[in-house]
Amino acid sequence: MLPSTLVYGFANSIILALVALGFNLTFGISGVANFAYGALYILAGFAAWVLFNSAGLPYILAVLFSVLLTALAGALMYRFVILRIKGMVLSEVIATFGIGLAILELLKYLGFIGYEYNLPVFMDFSIDIGQVTIDMQRICIVIIGMGLTGFLWFFTHHTRTGLRFRAIAQDERTALSLGINADRVAALSVSFGAAYAAIAAIVILPLGTITVEHGYDVLINALAVCIVGGLGSTGGVIFASFLIGYAETFTAAYIGSHWVMLVPLAAILAILVIKPSGIFGQQKELEERI
Amino acid sequence: MERRRERIDRGIKVRSEDIFALCSWREMLYLAFPRLLPIVGLILLSFVLSIYWQKVLLSVSVFALLAISWDILAQTGMISLGQALFFGMGAYLAGIMNHTWGLSPFITIPVATVSGGLFCTLLLLPVLRLRGIYFSMVTLVLPLMLVRIVEATKIFGGTEGLSGLGALPSRWVELYTVILALLAALFGLRRLMGSDFGLVLKGINDNDRSVMNAGINIYWFKAQALFIAGSVGAFAGAYMTHVYMFVGMPVFALDYSILPIAAAVVGGTGTLAGPMLGAFILVPLSEILRGLGGLRIVFYGLFLVVFTIALPEGIFHYICRKYQQFERWVEVET
Repeated sequence: MLPSTLVYGFANSIILALVALGFNLTFGISGVANFAYGALYILAGFAAWVLFNSAGLPYILAVLFSVLLTALAGALMYRFVILRIKGMVLSEVIATFGIGLAILELLKYLGFIGYEYNLPVFMDFSIDIGQVTIDMQRICIVIIGMGLTGFLWFFTHHTRTGLRFRAIAQDERTALSLGINADRVAALSVSFGAAYAAIAAIVILPLGTITVEHGYDVLINALAVCIVGGLGSTGGVIFASFLIGYAETFTAAYIGSHWVMLVPLAAILAILVIKPSGIFGQQKELEERI
Repeated sequence: MERRRERIDRGIKVRSEDIFALCSWREMLYLAFPRLLPIVGLILLSFVLSIYWQKVLLSVSVFALLAISWDILAQTGMISLGQALFFGMGAYLAGIMNHTWGLSPFITIPVATVSGGLFCTLLLLPVLRLRGIYFSMVTLVLPLMLVRIVEATKIFGGTEGLSGLGALPSRWVELYTVILALLAALFGLRRLMGSDFGLVLKGINDNDRSVMNAGINIYWFKAQALFIAGSVGAFAGAYMTHVYMFVGMPVFALDYSILPIAAAVVGGTGTLAGPMLGAFILVPLSEILRGLGGLRIVFYGLFLVVFTIALPEGIFHYICRKYQQFERWVEVET
């Protein structure tokens, strides 16, 4: 029991990290809490399904197009909606949540409900780690999750665009004075976040069927990981996803699967009461509580 | 004969701010019309509408109450993303009292209103110190969590909920209970927010630190605001329990959190009347769009987006400004 819980807990943690990375990236760079995140995730899944099954594209092309499409959707969302209300946190939350609601309910209305909506797994076999049998898809998730995290670090530290990202995250005005188009970079960060959501969707969704309701759970999970880890801190996201991932797996194994969805919610609550800016958050104490 | 245009509100405003020396019925009408409109309008509507639209009016009023309760919190600087917490708390309390002890709705609704407000205040007391988005996150999470707890522990009927609860005597009693409650909440709380007490609450929103500096215990005032808002929300929940004769997990649904916020955004925050106006626009609209099935939530989401971008001040502030800008021609005295 214990070894398998440990192994599956590891995979679960990486899944959480993958889900939260995009949300965290967007928030950390442009300060936009993208509540349409879950919707973009599901949209990418269905886009890949439609391109693969209905349009008959090869799987790799379908995946590529769906990622690009989602990234484009993120950029458009920034340009036409978020840009106009930037800085007003509540309006941002309401507007992005409205977009997410519209996307998810539109998908539901168009009839994307049922067991036939699932993406193919990458490699259809299982391997043994010690006494634990684990499917290849979860191994792929772990590898891709680590790869994407590494890529993100490399990207933000060693490329021009990545450095611009960090520049506007640190101080938007100074970045402006250095000739960085803050709006364009922020738009890029939203579309990067959306692309990360899409990649996470393509990698994780083969484990089950794609359902619209899952979009809301994804948002909650991403929020939980980001809040516990500290909004905008990548190291915090990794740490928090392991914390919550293992907590979830152990809850499912030893207490009951009913209680699993309570774990992220309880984690959010506990962290907000104890240290609102998260374990690795760098917010000033005075901004969060009085 | 020369003429010029004159704003009709100027003279009236000067005289009606502190001392009441209005000169004519016209001036009194100018002041009274916006106040009388919701009272007369609601009573007239209840007679004119068909039974189906009476039900709609009923749910409009419930959402208006939730929106008003949201606005009270927002004016105190606490942005709530979880009105469903208040609503669900009231609904479950009334449902449990009616189910276990068979108390009549006329007892359960008032008791659930007060105790619901009290419970919510106690529940949120530990996070009263949180500011801004951190407080919002807690309120977003709490109703989601309560629903999972009900599901996992199977208390209070679990996923099935409690059904077969007592109903209110007739549909007229039903309708007028909520209309009177709405009007009382609107005018009573508007007056409250205009008093010194309300001034402190608004001060907490503007600058909590300087309010503390003035030697005022802001936590006590915040707790009071929470109790008021919680009670208004709990009343809406307790009332709906007896209308549906059922209480279950749907009372913690996202609808009850999102719709009041949407109503406040559409109507205009900070006035209490704005959120109510928003509810009176949004709920009937979604009822008209019901024929479209699932598509109506899509429209509803887009509506939210369009309003936050195009008219961020809200409809009420816009109308208010236009009403004060009415002009008339007067002769120039030479």
